[in-house]
Amino acid sequence: HWCGVNDLSSVSAAVAAIQKLTRVRVVDNSALGNSHHHRPPKVIHVYTKNVIGKVGDRVLLAIKGQKKKALIVGHKMPGARMTPRFDSNNVVLIEENGNPTGTRIKAPIPTHLRKMEGEYSKLLAIAQRFV
Amino acid sequence: MAAACTSRTRQMMGLLRILRNFSQNERLLSTSVLRHNVASDGPPKFTPPSKPVIIDKTQKEASLRRFLSPEFIPPRQRTNPVKFSIERKDMIQRRKVLNIPEFYAGSILAVTMTDPHVNGNMNRFIGICIQRSGKGLGATFILRNVVDGQGVEICYELYSPRMRKIEVLKLEKRLDDNLMYLRDALPEYSTFNFDMQPVHYEITGDVPVNLLKVKMRPKPWSKRWERPKFNIKGIHFDLCLTPEMMEHAQKWAEPWRPYDMLKEYDTSSLEEHIFKEVQENLRK
Repeated sequence: HWCGVNDLSSVSAAVAAIQKLTRVRVVDNSALGNSHHHRPPKVIHVYTKNVIGKVGDRVLLAIKGQKKKALIVGHKMPGARMTPRFDSNNVVLIEENGNPTGTRIKAPIPTHLRKMEGEYSKLLAIAQRFV
Repeated sequence: MAAACTSRTRQMMGLLRILRNFSQNERLLSTSVLRHNVASDGPPKFTPPSKPVIIDKTQKEASLRRFLSPEFIPPRQRTNPVKFSIERKDMIQRRKVLNIPEFYAGSILAVTMTDPHVNGNMNRFIGICIQRSGKGLGATFILRNVVDGQGVEICYELYSPRMRKIEVLKLEKRLDDNLMYLRDALPEYSTFNFDMQPVHYEITGDVPVNLLKVKMRPKPWSKRWERPKFNIKGIHFDLCLTPEMMEHAQKWAEPWRPYDMLKEYDTSSLEEHIFKEVQENLRK
């Protein structure tokens, strides 16, 4: 039985950021992301040239029996030197055009995401905290 | 005894000379001031003479804590020592520009770095230092904090040109050099307020050691911290592990390690040389 947010932090160590079948934590306040389901949201496809997803990559999630696109905003694997590393794999639900599904992102977001100002400007606007 | 007496009397004579010079200069100053003021107003305002500040430099330097940052000590490698001396020169050059204070794993730091993606360019982060690694110019330290319920760790490079300010908010040591187990500990041990004010610490004497034993989350952990290879003293094992589990962990003990001569690396003489070199060059 999947208990939700509390259990995610005591899972195995990250080996290669986010790939197919990783369980992720949805970080915005959308209904789909926060409603309880007996299975955690899992990644089923990573939209990059290689099968690894880092911060700022789009992925396809399977949530509550439906497919939904999402953007990776933080992962457990250590990345570039001065960038933050989070204790959980965080993801924000997104529409086809890049607009976020939720209205607020409470968790901290890395500042180097601001580079994609053009595509995800609405997402950066609803983010409340940058680290 | 006689030598000490003579040196002390020499010091006193020197101080007296300084005092006499001060008093003479003051007298000169006061008379010139009087002459000026008599011309314009009535009696001049009494300006108390500046107190001569006697800085006894000989005593203070000896009792200052001798601290050599661990990234100065070169690892035991087959590389040419010229590489390490060149790196040391560059490190000292950088330290003349940016003040890198003394800190240990377990101290709480506030780091300001330049960030092109933030308005105003500066990005400030506060956290507890969980690890200091790397030698030479690539030395790094990891700061950990829990922000809005999310644990965040940032690995900073000490000598990166993006670093603007490193402040030590609380200088202290913990029972271990490596606090990676804080990832599996309860989040209260890693939360630090971003508006924390610096706690005063002394430049002389020993660094305070925090004998805190941390309470852990239920297992599984990211690493098996109870195993003797990590040699962790800062976790309260009695609350989370049974004595049978502790005994089972001792199976991985390697009691021959402290007697392995090939792994010996005595850095005491190296440290002294490097400390003297660094102090000399920093003063230039």
